[in-house]
Amino acid sequence: MDSEKATRPSGHGPQPEATVPDMITPTWDYAPAPEARDVIDLGRDWRMFIGGDFVEAAAGDRFPSVNPATEEVLAEVPLATEVDVDRAVAAATSALPTWQATPGHERGKYLYRIARLLQERAREFAVLETLDNGKPIRETRDVDIPLAAAHFFYHAGWADKLDWAGMGPSPRPIGVAGQIIPWNFPLLMLSWKIAPALACGNTVVIKPAETTPLTALLFAEVCQQADLPAGVVNIVTGAGQTGSAIVDHPGVDKIAFTGSTAVGKGIQRAVAGSGKRVTLELGGKAANIIFDDAAIDQAVEGIVDGIFFNQGHVCCAGSRLLIQENVHDLVVDKLTTRLATLKVGDPLDKNTDLGAINSAVQLERIRSLTDTGETEGADRWELDCELPERGFWFRPTVFTNVAVNARIAREEIFGPVLSVMTFRTPQEAIAKANNTPYGLSAGIWTEKGSRILKVADQLRAGVVWANTFNRFDPTSPFGGYKESGFGREGGRHGLSAYLQPSQSAHPEQPERSAAPEAQA
Amino acid sequence: MTRLDVRKTYKLFIGGAFPRSESGRTYVIARNGTFVANAARASRKDVRDAVRAARTAQPSWAAATAYNRGQVIYRVAEMLEARRDQFISEVAGAEGLDHRDASSNVDAAIDRWVWYAGWTDKIAQVAGNLNPVAGPYFNLSGPEPTGVVGALAPQQSSLLGFIDVVAPIIVTGNSVVAVASQDRPLAAVMLAEVLATSDIPPGVVNILTGHIDELAPVIASHQDVNAIDLTGYAGQDTTELEVAAAGNLKRVLPAPATEASHVALPDGPRRILAFCETKTVWHPKGW
Repeated sequence: MDSEKATRPSGHGPQPEATVPDMITPTWDYAPAPEARDVIDLGRDWRMFIGGDFVEAAAGDRFPSVNPATEEVLAEVPLATEVDVDRAVAAATSALPTWQATPGHERGKYLYRIARLLQERAREFAVLETLDNGKPIRETRDVDIPLAAAHFFYHAGWADKLDWAGMGPSPRPIGVAGQIIPWNFPLLMLSWKIAPALACGNTVVIKPAETTPLTALLFAEVCQQADLPAGVVNIVTGAGQTGSAIVDHPGVDKIAFTGSTAVGKGIQRAVAGSGKRVTLELGGKAANIIFDDAAIDQAVEGIVDGIFFNQGHVCCAGSRLLIQENVHDLVVDKLTTRLATLKVGDPLDKNTDLGAINSAVQLERIRSLTDTGETEGADRWELDCELPERGFWFRPTVFTNVAVNARIAREEIFGPVLSVMTFRTPQEAIAKANNTPYGLSAGIWTEKGSRILKVADQLRAGVVWANTFNRFDPTSPFGGYKESGFGREGGRHGLSAYLQPSQSAHPEQPERSAAPEAQA
Repeated sequence: MTRLDVRKTYKLFIGGAFPRSESGRTYVIARNGTFVANAARASRKDVRDAVRAARTAQPSWAAATAYNRGQVIYRVAEMLEARRDQFISEVAGAEGLDHRDASSNVDAAIDRWVWYAGWTDKIAQVAGNLNPVAGPYFNLSGPEPTGVVGALAPQQSSLLGFIDVVAPIIVTGNSVVAVASQDRPLAAVMLAEVLATSDIPPGVVNILTGHIDELAPVIASHQDVNAIDLTGYAGQDTTELEVAAAGNLKRVLPAPATEASHVALPDGPRRILAFCETKTVWHPKGW
C-alpha cells in the first residue's frame, strides 16, 4: 500500500524545546507481552440465544467470524433469517408480561448479577473481544469490559427507582425492543442497549454486528448463569438482512440502532407510520478545537486519544482537528513526535496502542477516502512502522492543509485518520466545528474556563469534552444532534428511550396482550 | 455427652475494630426472662472515639467515586445474604417473630442495601440540576455529604430498622456513629461483623450499644458531629436533644410519631437528602 515514507508536514513555526542528547540512558524496545488466549474456548458450539435456549438458525446456515489481526477464522455462527427473528420476537413477546410485572427491585437484582458475572469473567471477555474485533487487549481489558459491567451495575440501580426517572409515577416499559449494534465496541454497545431496556421492564431481541458476534454469544451464557428468565434477552446473529427483519417485524415496539447514518435514515423510513419508537446513534465528524492558550502537551494526548483510540473506529472520534492558527505548527510538530511512539501490531500484546482494522471492507473504505485526501491537496503524514503481514492494518495518518470542503474533512472515515484545519477566532472555530451534518461530539482545549462554557454552548453536538476526550460513563447521557441521530444512552435521560408514562390519554402503544402475536 | 456451644462476646464497632466499652461496663440482654448475652454499655468516651474514627474515615469515603461506593454497599448485601439464616434466627428471637416474618424481615434488610447501593450514582441526577440563571453563567447545584452523622436507630426493628437509618446516611459519603436498639442490639453487632468483611472502609460505620438516654445527649452536643437522626426516639419528646444539636447547627432528622413498619421500600431518597448539603457552583461564560 502506501509506500511513501513518513514525512513531516511542511511549515516551520516555533521550534519545540531543543532536545538534549542523552548519551547515558539507553533506549529499549518493548519485549513482547502477549495476553494468553487460552482463557477462551473458541472450539465451543457457537449458537444463537432464543427463548433461553442455544439454537441453530432454522435454515441451518452459518457464517464465519474472522480475527482481523490474522485473518484466522475464529468460529462460525448461525445466520439468522426472518424465521429466526420471528422466533426471537415471539420469545421476547411471551416473556414480556411476566418481566414487566416483576417488581423493579427483583429485576434490578438480575442486572446486578449480570454486572458481577461480567466482572468475574472480564478477562475471558476481554480476550475474546480483542480476538474478534482486533482492538488492543489493553483497551478491552481497561475500557470495554469494565464499562460494560458498570453499565449493568448502574442500570440495575434504576430498576426500582423509575419513579424518579422524570416520566412521572410508575412509568411503563415500551415492550419488545429490537436492538442492532455495531462492531466497534461489541460488548459495550450490547450493554448500552440491553441494560436500560431490561431495567425499564422491556424484553429485547438484539443483533450484534456480523463481524463481531462472539462476545454477544458469550454474554448469552452470562444471562443463563444469572438465571435470567427465558426470552427476556434474545440474541440473533446475522448481517444487514437480519437487522432489517428486526426493524420490519410488527411485533417489535421499539428500535434502538447504533451504526451508520445511512442505515439510520433507512430505519427511520422503514418504521415510519408503524408507531414504533426509535432511537438512533449514528455517525460523527467531531471537531477537536485547540485554542492557543491550551496546555499543549495535554492537548496532544487528548488529540491522540480522540482519533487513535480504538483505531479511530469511534463514532464520536475527534477526526477534525481545529487548531488556532498561531499554534498550528507547534501542535502538529508535537503531535507527530508523540505519534512516532505509538505501537501498532498484535492486539493481544499488552503494549500495543493500535490494533487491526476490523474488516477488509472497512480497510478498503479508509484507503479510498484517504486517497482522496491527497488528490484534494492535503499533506499526508503517516507513522513509519512495520505492519504484520496478515490481517487488516492501517498506519496512523495525519492530513494537514485540509480544505474545509475536502471529503476527508466532511465524511466519516472511521479509521485512524486525522484531518487538521486552522482557525483564528473562537467564532470561526465554532462555525467550522458546526459546519457538518453530524453533531455527535466535540472537544475544546483551553485553559480558560469561561471560554470552554461559551464555546460549548454554541456547539451543536450532543457531547462536548473539555480538556479531555472520549470519556464515557454509564451516568452520562450520550447521543447526537442533527444527523448523528436522536435519543440518549446512559444517565437518567437514557431511560426515556425505554419508558412511557403510566397513564397516558393517548397511549403511544396499544396495550399488548399476553399471547405472542404478530407471527410473520 | 452433648457438646457445649461457644458463645460470643458482643462488643462495639469503632474504626473497623471491635473494642469493649472503654468503661468496662456491660448490660444484660434477656428474652422472656432468660439471659442471652451481655452487651457492651458504651460511654461518653466511646462516643468520642467513634466520632473521631468517623471523622477520619469520612473524607476518603466521600472522595470515592459514586460507582465505587455503590459497589461497596452492594457488597454488604452479598455478605448479608450469605449469613441470612443467622440473622433470621436473631431477628426472630429479638423481635418475637415467627420464622416466616423474620425471614421476610431479613430479606427486606438485604434488599434495602441493594436499593441504597443503586442510589449512590443517581442521587445527584435526581436532586441536582443546571440552573438557568439570568446571565452568562454556568450554574449547577448538586448534593454533597454533610460529614459525620449521629444516628439513633429504631428500638423495635433490630436489623431492618437499623439498616434503614444507617444505609441512607453513608450513600453520599457521610460516615456514621449509630446507636443500636437498646434492648435488641445484637443484630446490629452481628451486622458489624458483616460490614467488617465487606469493603466498607473502617470508620465509615461505627456501632455503639448501650443506654440511649446516656449516649444521645453526648452525640447531640458533640461539636464535631454535623447531623443527627433521632429516629430511635419515635413518639417521644426530643426537645432537649434538638436544643443541644443547635450548639453547632446540626442538621436534625426528627423522630417520627411512631416507629414505622419497615418492610416496604422507602418512598424515596428523603433520608439520603436529609444528610446532604446542596452545593451550587457558578462559572462565567465568555470568550
